[in-house]
Amino acid sequence: MASPIEQFQIKPIIPAINFTNSSLFMVGAVALIVGGFMLATRKRALVPGRGQSTAEILHDFVAGTLTDAAGKEGMRFFPLVFSLFMFVFTANMLGMIPGFFTVTSHIIVTFALAILVIGTVVAYGLVKHGTHFFGLFVPSGVPSWLLPFIVVIEVISFLSRPVSLSLRLFANMLAGHIALKVFGGFVVALLGAGGALTILAPLPLIMAVALMALEFLVAALQAYVFTVLTCIYLNDALHPGH
Amino acid sequence: MADPRERNGENERKPGSTDDADLSARLKSLDARISQASTHRAEPEPRSRQTSDSSALGQAFRFSAEFVAGVVAGGVIGWFVDYFAGTSPWGLIVCLILGFGAGMLNLLRAAGMVKPAKYDEKR
Repeated sequence: MASPIEQFQIKPIIPAINFTNSSLFMVGAVALIVGGFMLATRKRALVPGRGQSTAEILHDFVAGTLTDAAGKEGMRFFPLVFSLFMFVFTANMLGMIPGFFTVTSHIIVTFALAILVIGTVVAYGLVKHGTHFFGLFVPSGVPSWLLPFIVVIEVISFLSRPVSLSLRLFANMLAGHIALKVFGGFVVALLGAGGALTILAPLPLIMAVALMALEFLVAALQAYVFTVLTCIYLNDALHPGH
Repeated sequence: MADPRERNGENERKPGSTDDADLSARLKSLDARISQASTHRAEPEPRSRQTSDSSALGQAFRFSAEFVAGVVAGGVIGWFVDYFAGTSPWGLIVCLILGFGAGMLNLLRAAGMVKPAKYDEKR
């Protein structure tokens, strides 16, 4: 029987340029997003049809999240935030199709996305506010002899943000897909065991169906959480020291 | 909705001015209703981050990620310090301990037991 983590194996498709199944699904997700939006917004009707309505709802949803967390000025980051949300969401949803590869179940992918976010925050914060940006790390009302330790811990805490941001998405996707695979494996094993055990086989099947629904929820929720945290971090770059 | 014919009959004598006034009044009330609706829609949810905490499983994932991230970040920084300054193994040891502290701080902040960081306070 297949091991539960076999689904995460990276297999080269075109070895000459290191094009793997992971690259294929990333390209597929991007193509799906770009193609879908081009198709949906092709007509540009005043009264939107179904496709255009979906595109507009997605736009308004992300725009609302961004302005809630980072205010009106946050909208200058809208292309970044919207691309991130759509990529993570589409990659998660593609991963839910049986037999497909889940791009976001590899920490290097989510970490690269998180580094992109934090890099934007630091670069924009430094350009906009200069050294004032480092005021983030100095809390007020701390005894002066304690300040060096607190500042170092605050800096490490800040640097741990990309790690926690990427770890959360990665861990959720990894754990969910392993759980699904394990319960699927139970069904096969019980069926193969024969005798009285065969009668028990539908039980893990029911569990797998329930988990599937939960996984769809998690896939959407984690894309949303990633977006919300991105917006909150971008808020630091826009308004430090408040 | 009022019957338009009835109102027309009522205002038969001076149609121009009252119609204009009526129209502008209706436009004004429509404007007010639109702006009221849009402010209602733009009303921010008090703390949208709570959404991820809706289930205990999500909370467990969140807290463990917060804590592990602090330790990992401390360890990586310590490793880099050692690598570039050649102080092995002291950088790793000190930074791991500081990373543990940062992880605890992250954890307590995520649980809402410590005042949020300066950078998390809302505008």
